[in-house]
Amino acid sequence: MMCTTCGCGIGQTLIAGHALQKPRKAGEALRFRVHNESATHAHPHDHTHAYNTIDFGAGPAGTHAPGMSQARMVKIERDILSKNNGYADENRRYFSGHGIFALNLVSSPGSGKTTLLVKTITALNGAQSLAVIEGDQQTDNDAARIRAAGAPALQINTGKGCHLDAHMVGQAMQRLGLRDDSLLLIENVGNLVCPASFDLGEAHKVVIFSVTEGEDKPLKYPDMFRAAGLMLLNKCDLLPHLDFDADLAVENARRVNPNIRVIRVSATSGEGLAEWLEWIKAGCHDAVAAKQ
Amino acid sequence: MHEMSIAENVLQIIEDTARAEGYTRVKAVWLEIGQLAGVEKESLRFCFDVVTRDSVAQDARLEIIETAGQGWCMECACNVAVTARYEPCPSCGSLQIQVTGGEEMRVKELEVE
Repeated sequence: MMCTTCGCGIGQTLIAGHALQKPRKAGEALRFRVHNESATHAHPHDHTHAYNTIDFGAGPAGTHAPGMSQARMVKIERDILSKNNGYADENRRYFSGHGIFALNLVSSPGSGKTTLLVKTITALNGAQSLAVIEGDQQTDNDAARIRAAGAPALQINTGKGCHLDAHMVGQAMQRLGLRDDSLLLIENVGNLVCPASFDLGEAHKVVIFSVTEGEDKPLKYPDMFRAAGLMLLNKCDLLPHLDFDADLAVENARRVNPNIRVIRVSATSGEGLAEWLEWIKAGCHDAVAAKQ
Repeated sequence: MHEMSIAENVLQIIEDTARAEGYTRVKAVWLEIGQLAGVEKESLRFCFDVVTRDSVAQDARLEIIETAGQGWCMECACNVAVTARYEPCPSCGSLQIQVTGGEEMRVKELEVE
């Protein structure tokens, strides 16, 4: 699966510093040869091969109608992102079979995702088995921060890519060796655009929106806020110092997605963290209960 | 949104089908793109031309069928037209609208030879 905005290939994606395995089919070389009689024309047939013959029945359609060229129509009806969705379905099946509650954390860069994750891990204090997949274009700084907080973490470097896709996550899951009945936190690349379209197999997308951004961000990036089940309004400890209308920000999010749940948090002061942890615990509980 | 990777995925579908069906040239491609799919059509055309260079779909004509955004207004209990995600219901002004159409991104049909 190639990256989005820039169109780079999988060659630059690294999982914990190792090259990503090629997708089963996408990586195969595709070769198209013009029909080569001497090499491949072994099947029995009775039409002539003279270049001065016009055979209206020899085209790929195998038939002809007056005035029609041999061009034919092929019905495809395939979703453009079907490949990614197939991998996402595999991941989702794995999660539901093993009671794993998976969250896809998305935001713009600098919203405080990693700090919030570190606080979350510290607050859970070993009460919940968990693992983290970190997505960034470069460096494994974030995974190192998570590991320092005491949780297993794997870094995916997307190279020039601007989002994680389900195939990368599937491979990271295998490397991590997820435990049954655990929590998987996937921190996506900081980007409010592309990750909205790429299902990773998660139970929910959680969008983190910090009060140092603009209140109209949900209106500017509606696809992401639409796709998210929960919005964490982060850095709320800074509200007294800012000209930011938190109610308007929430109203804008609900305009795009009337069903979005909102929790106001601050990774620094700890405000709202209890509610966020309760939400996680409820999700983990449901995932275990629904285990198939 | 990310038109380059959408174009790349379209080409992948075309090449997979080419292998299965044994055609060597694609003359035209029909895509169905919903109004709410977040795809810039002009950008997609540009990217399609770039990624199909030296492929079976080189110089193929790209036809984009745009499908209208549709939603179900919970208040009115009827189908309404949706032009953008945060637009209120055109008849009652409610924001409780479930999008039911216009998010498609599909390769519909190819003309090949």
